[in-house]
Amino acid sequence: MKIPGPWSLFLFLSLLLAWFALALPGGESKPLINGAGASFPYPLYARWFATYERLDGTVRFNYQAIGSGGGQQLLLHQIVDFGASDSPMRPSLLQTAPGKILHIPMIAGADALAYNLPGSPPLRLTPDVVADIFLGRIQNWNDSRLAEINPGITLPSLPLVVVHRSDGSGTTYIFTDYLSKISREWSGIVGRGTAVRWPSGIGAKGNEGVAGQIRSLPGAIGYLELAFAFQNRLPFAAVQNRAGNYVLPSPESIAQALAPTSLTPGDFPISIADAENTGAYPIAGLTWLLLYEKPSNRQKAEKLLSFVRWCLTDGQALASSLDYAPLPPRLRERVLASLPEIR
Amino acid sequence: MGRKDRLNPFRRKPPSDELPPDAGARAWTSSARIGRILDQGFGFLVVGAGISVLALAALLGWELYQGAKEAIRRYGAGFLVSSHWDPVAGRFGALPFLYGTFVSSALALLLAFPLSVATALSLTEFAPVRLRRPVLALVDLMAAVPSVVWGLWAMFEMVPWLRQTAFPFLQKFFGWLPFFQGTIYGVSLLAGALVIAMMITPIVTSLAIEILQSVPLTLREAAWALGATRWEVMRVAVLPYVRSSLVGAGVLGLGRALGETMAVTMVIGNRPEILLSLFAPGYTLASVLVNEFAEVTSEEHLSALFEIGLTLVAVTFVVNFLARLLIRSVPFFFAPRPLRTQSMETNG
Repeated sequence: MKIPGPWSLFLFLSLLLAWFALALPGGESKPLINGAGASFPYPLYARWFATYERLDGTVRFNYQAIGSGGGQQLLLHQIVDFGASDSPMRPSLLQTAPGKILHIPMIAGADALAYNLPGSPPLRLTPDVVADIFLGRIQNWNDSRLAEINPGITLPSLPLVVVHRSDGSGTTYIFTDYLSKISREWSGIVGRGTAVRWPSGIGAKGNEGVAGQIRSLPGAIGYLELAFAFQNRLPFAAVQNRAGNYVLPSPESIAQALAPTSLTPGDFPISIADAENTGAYPIAGLTWLLLYEKPSNRQKAEKLLSFVRWCLTDGQALASSLDYAPLPPRLRERVLASLPEIR
Repeated sequence: MGRKDRLNPFRRKPPSDELPPDAGARAWTSSARIGRILDQGFGFLVVGAGISVLALAALLGWELYQGAKEAIRRYGAGFLVSSHWDPVAGRFGALPFLYGTFVSSALALLLAFPLSVATALSLTEFAPVRLRRPVLALVDLMAAVPSVVWGLWAMFEMVPWLRQTAFPFLQKFFGWLPFFQGTIYGVSLLAGALVIAMMITPIVTSLAIEILQSVPLTLREAAWALGATRWEVMRVAVLPYVRSSLVGAGVLGLGRALGETMAVTMVIGNRPEILLSLFAPGYTLASVLVNEFAEVTSEEHLSALFEIGLTLVAVTFVVNFLARLLIRSVPFFFAPRPLRTQSMETNG
């Protein structure tokens, strides 16, 4: 048996040193801006970060798509520099924050009502019918109320199965926000939230889970982030808006939903569900970046704000290429004007 | 005294009468001292590792309790007996999750345990020895398949098959039982139980094979010598020798079943309701954690989820404890009846 000699020890130590030298950053002083939150806009945010880092070489981003709730918590405890959320923060949470938190809308999205029916006929739904479907009142596709609003289509006698998200999500928030606005019963029994007590149906995890269930279960209907409905080639329903028109979700009809909204500087977040415009798709919502109005680190805050300005101007062009709806110009201007000045 | 002995660093004490009188003696004692230090150090290290595991368990329990304290104070025992789970209204009752966890795990074990033991028996007692190695490797490989892969397969292959073929069949012939009534969605408590069963079968099988191989050959030979048939050898010589270990393997499987998360979430339907039908969607403790934790937006909800975690830990603990009691009383269940040796009777 031989004890390792001094040479092997030397070799080991030098390898260790080399590893340290390689692992340590080479004296870089780029500020690293940390963020966390919603996973729904993550693909777009990732693209934004990568593109922006190429434009401005003095900044780096690190974003963890841990979910809106997690992002809010980390921002409250000042662990991250910005949060991202699909649902506005609850007033009770905002009160516990060490400073004022701003909601900055970045892009808009919509929930499509996707379904699985033999032959995939085009489907129209009224707000009442949508509410009754998700309240579990309409349980078969041959229901007379469905036939009434879909003349010319013979709907089969097939059990109607509601598929909803089982995990908490901004997609659910947008949908329950809509239902709470159009149905007094819904807002009384269920309410709005990222996770709610569903009166009927089965739960599936993630947009991909809901899409998978709808695709494999004849008679299923569920809400999906619009991009997922496109990607899965699932048919989705035209929903009657407040003006009485049946509208299909698309970046244009979402932009219509955004058109009349007003946003005063530093305003509390707004809901764009059940919008008034004639061409507006009613089940739409915004996703927000959450920032402190008076952040502690000035240097980082300046960088972050110029990033936000870029996202709301040049960056918006990237949104539609990834199936998100860019904010309409008027709203963008209002948001830009509402951004705080770092002094 | 041999050279080997001298170099052994774990020797306690140099036997003084054998100390060589020359200069080498000093080197010898110093190496023994190093050995003693190493010995002690190793002892500390092992004890430290043991303590750190306990400390980690205690820390886990403490942290979960800290997080859940608010919910425990607010809902009390109602948390465990109420079946109303409403994050919007801030009302939390965990009974449907408890029910789903128990039923899916118990069903899974009921399906997986006999299958695993039978597989292990067929491999160790019946199959040619040449087959044993490749099959064993395959079983171990199955145990290493990640949960989410099982879930994807179950969601896209198993559930549609269950909905179109298996469940209608069950309903047609056993529909008079309350367990097989109601609408068939495919995703259901039974689908969850099936996927858990598939996931724990490789582990329990692998353990059972190890256990069965540990039976001394002499026991089998003795039984053979008494003229026992293959079945009797198994019943009288092999199984009684390993029954408590086999139950232990089942308990390990159950432990995994209780905490199984991803795959179950994908097929169980995630509906917090207690329905007798196994075709109805259900929910488990682990599933609600993985589903709702990331998007928690209120303190009560977060606290309630912590209590779910605490409950899951408690359930696992209680189940393990009960299983240990069961193992102790197992001879009672499996007591081998005296060997009826027809061959002897005919001979005599």
